[in-house]
Order: sequence, then C-alpha cells, then structure tokens
Amino acid sequence: MSESTMTQQIQTRRNPRKAEPRNWGHTALAILFLAIMLFPVYWMINASLQPNGATVDTTWLPLNPDFTGYATAISEQGPNLVTSLVISLGSVLLSLAIAAPAAYALAYFKVKGAGVVLFAILISQMIPGIVVANALYTAYNDLGLLNSIPGLILADSAHGIPFAILIIRAFMNGLPSSVIEAAKVDGAGHLRAFFAIVIPLSRNSLITAGLFTFLFAWSDFLFALTLTTTEAVRPVTLGIFQYIGAYVNDWSSVMATAVLASIPAIILLVAAQKYIAAGTSSGAVK
Amino acid sequence: MSLAADLSPSKAQTTQQKPGVDQAPLVPRRRNRHRKERLFQWLFLVPAVVYMALFFGYPVVKNVIMSFQDYTTATFFTGEAPWVGVQNYVTVLSSSLFSTSLLNTALFTIGSILGQFVIGLALAIFFQRKFPLNGILRSLLLLPWLLPLIVSSAVWRWILDKDSGALNRFLGDLNIIETGVPWLTSTSLALIAVVGVNIWIGIPFNLTILYGGLQEIPDELYEAGSLDGATGWKAFRYITWPMLKPVVSVVLVLGVVYTLKVLDIILGLTNGGPANSTQTIATQSYALSFQEFKFGEGAALGNVLVIISLVFAVLYLRASRRAVDE
Repeated sequence: MSESTMTQQIQTRRNPRKAEPRNWGHTALAILFLAIMLFPVYWMINASLQPNGATVDTTWLPLNPDFTGYATAISEQGPNLVTSLVISLGSVLLSLAIAAPAAYALAYFKVKGAGVVLFAILISQMIPGIVVANALYTAYNDLGLLNSIPGLILADSAHGIPFAILIIRAFMNGLPSSVIEAAKVDGAGHLRAFFAIVIPLSRNSLITAGLFTFLFAWSDFLFALTLTTTEAVRPVTLGIFQYIGAYVNDWSSVMATAVLASIPAIILLVAAQKYIAAGTSSGAVK
Repeated sequence: MSLAADLSPSKAQTTQQKPGVDQAPLVPRRRNRHRKERLFQWLFLVPAVVYMALFFGYPVVKNVIMSFQDYTTATFFTGEAPWVGVQNYVTVLSSSLFSTSLLNTALFTIGSILGQFVIGLALAIFFQRKFPLNGILRSLLLLPWLLPLIVSSAVWRWILDKDSGALNRFLGDLNIIETGVPWLTSTSLALIAVVGVNIWIGIPFNLTILYGGLQEIPDELYEAGSLDGATGWKAFRYITWPMLKPVVSVVLVLGVVYTLKVLDIILGLTNGGPANSTQTIATQSYALSFQEFKFGEGAALGNVLVIISLVFAVLYLRASRRAVDE
C-alpha cells in the first residue's frame, strides 16, 4: 500500500503536465483543512510563548514571545523529560530485541504455530490497558517494580512489541530466502545469518518499528499513572497530567511542557516522513 | 494450547519411527539434527512468546481471578484476598453508575467512530485528486495522531476553557455567543466536547488508511464505469464503496476496539466528570482500582470491557466470513 502511495506521489511529481491543470484551488482548500486540523498545535505553541500569568488574554499571534513558560517548564519538568527519554529508548531496545528475532522466525522459518502466535498478537490489541495495569500493579508491588525505570520499560513495551513484530514480519516476508540460504551454504549458522544478513537487510523496517515504539513509550500515560506511586520516577506525560489535574493559572508553562513533549512527534514527522508513512499504512492493515 | 498442538506431531513421529532405528542408522542422527534445528528456530520466537504471556496472558488470567476476590489495599499488607464469588460483578453491575458509564461508553464510541470515519473518508476522497503539495499537506495532517494523547488533552483543555479558551473567544468575536460556553464543565456538553476532541485525534488515522485503500482501486474500473455512465455519486456507490469495504471494516473494527479502551483523553479532559457525565467503563474501572483501591471490583469491570470488545471481534469475524462465503 505504501509503495503504491509513493509511486503515486512520484508520478504526480514527475508528470505535472499529465496531471490535471495545476489545481491550486484544491491546494488552497487542503491548506484550509490543514489549518483547521493543526490549529490546536499552533495554539499550543502560541500559548507557550505568552508571558507568565497573562495567558488569560492570550493574543492570537505571539508578537512578543516570552520564554518564561519554557524556563518554568524546564526547571519543573526537565527531570521528567529525561525520565521519559530513558524509558522510551529502553523500550525501543527491548522491543526490537524481542520483536526482530520473532518476526524472523514467523516470516522465514514458518514454524508451526506461527498462525497461533499471530492470532495472539492481534487479540492482544483488544485487551484494554486498564486490565493489564490492574494486574501488573499487584504483580509489580510484589516484585518491587513499582516506581522503577525497568518496570516502566517492560510495561511500555507492551504498546510496541506486537506492532513491531507485525511490521518487521511483513517486511521480512519479502526478503528473498535465497540470500539467507546462500549464507547458510557458506557455513553461517542461524545466528550469523540473522545478524550478518537479515538484520542489515531489514534496516528500514527496524527503523520504522523503532520510531513507533519510541513514540508509543514516550506517549504512554496509563502505565505511568498506575505503576508509579511516588515522585521518584515520573514520565513527562504524568507531569502534564498533574499540571492540568489542579486548577491551572499558569497555562504558558503547561503549554511549554506540552510543546517539549511534542518534539519527538514533530521531529519524526518532519525528518522521518518515509518511515512514518510506512508504519501507518502497513502496520494497521496487516 | 499452541505449543502443545505443535509439538505433538513431532512427538508422534518420534514414537512411530522408533522401530526403524536399527534399520537405518543414519536416520536418527538426521532426525536429531532436524529436532535441534526445530528447537533453534523456536528459540527465536521464545522471547516474544514469553513477553506476550507475561504482559498480556498473565494480566487477563490474573484479572479474572481478582474479579472473584475481595482484593483491596489490605491485601497488599496481609496477602489475603478472600474469595467472594460473583459479589464484585453484582456490586459493579447493579450500581447506578454502571448504566451511566455503559451509555457514555456507547455514545463516546459511536460518536467518535462516526465522526472520524465520515470526515476521514471525505478527506481521503478529496486527497485522491491531483493537486500541488498534496503529499506534504496530507502527511502534515498526521500530526494530531502522533502527539501524546495527554498533550492533546492539555491543549484542548485550554482551548475549551470557559472563560478564556480560544473557542469561546472565537465564537464571542463572531457574536455567536454572549457568555462563555462551559464546554468541559457542563454535564450536558462535556461528553460532546470529549467526543469532538477524540474525533480530531482519530481523523488522521482514518484518512491515512482509507486513502491507502482508495489508491488500491484500479483506475480502469472508473474508466469502465464512466463508459456505463457511472460518475460522481454513482461511481462512489457502485465502484468505490464495494471495493473499499474490506478496508472500511478494518478501520471500523480497529476504531471501535481502540475507542472502547480510551482512557488518556477522558482523564485528561474531564477526569470522568462533571458528575460522571463523561465516565466510561474504562475510566470507571480505573477509578475503582486506583482511586478507591477496590481492585476486585475494578477487575470485574475491566473484564466486562474485555467481553464487550470480544463480542465486537466475533461479530466482525462472522460478518467477514459471511462476506467471503458470498
């Protein structure tokens, strides 16, 4: 699907004359849609640049940008942002370490029971997070994993691992098995073939899966909310929730924190467009 | 179940072939290597299976057990969770709050899905046209979907603020309203506002998947259709819609399953209030477990949510099988 989307785009770009006469009217309409859809994002940035305490009279344009909101946000939420970053990176490593070999086994070995495993992955998407959190809380309490970074890395990977397996497997299905067989003939064992051939060839799908598991863990709110009870480990999502849980009189700091928490999503959208498109189209349908 | 079913054939093979061992001395070694190979292949899958069992299998089983126990904060100190049978289910289902949250869940899910789907499909069809900057504009539309949900909730809290929110100021400037509308603090408006925000979040997902589905429909069909006079609405009715159906059902089922378990948006926007007017089964289950520390009742309500999701999945599987049979 993503491929055809891309070819379509390329065709549009290559043969502008073949397309209907330059339809700038449609472009204007599309920009209008986009403006409406992205207004909240604009408003977040605008409000984050208002002077402290003056957000009540937020101007429509940040003509006199004021960075005190960011100063407050960084001093109050800075450590939480670092916590989120550590947890998200940890979750990416764990998810890929678990998902890549599994995807390989499902795609290449065609082990018996692969169907059952895939079915279990699909079913797992239907299990409400609150059910998982409810049971994990009691288990984490016994294991001493509450309020710990490893505990949150493990739990947050539940958002990413099923998705990563599906997306990497879909890609590996397309790898020519002759390449792997050739490596085997040359005497490479399973592990050598996996690390020297399969992983490098699957680079793109690993990047896509890694970016999404990062976003999933970064955005996690449920496990942050339920599996922490103290301030010791506090992801930024929970920090924002605590901000808006009470009466808010300093929206510029809240919005500045929200902007900082949106940076990964914005970076990915701008810098890793190709991978995001691949993830959204293939991950959801397969 | 899966492992047992898969291992049994090879076991059967082993026992069957045992008498043949002295007939052909090479066979056992090869079989051995084959078995070793099988084992090695499974090792690639083991971490994932273990993880899925611990973080999806175990919670489901544990939740079922907890729902039959009087599991409270005291349990964490004494380690005792007395067996109470179906008491938790009786308490939860007979509470007046259950019918409220069931209704809210239904309204929230139906409203969100309808809005997301209709707007997403309209935009997907619009973006089928060729015009400059199409690709870039379409990809920027993904942003609301990629933002952390709690960030979106915070932003919308501020936009929908009664006294100085952007929406009320905008409507005020246009003289549509005279005083601030209490979007999130009125019992009659809060659910509508929450649904609206959730529609905003879901549009990019629907747009992307449906756009992909539309791209898969071969142009020749439309060309042939236009010869038969099928253009515009007719082309949509007789070509686009039937061809798009599989993608539509995937989008709708995924949408329902994801919307049923939404927690972040509601907790962030209204925390279930005012006066439980935005309380859904998911948020109520959270409140029971983590605010009132009645883990048994929270588990029971969580299981009700699982059953609702399952019913949906089964209905979907049936419907799709029937579609295939036809």
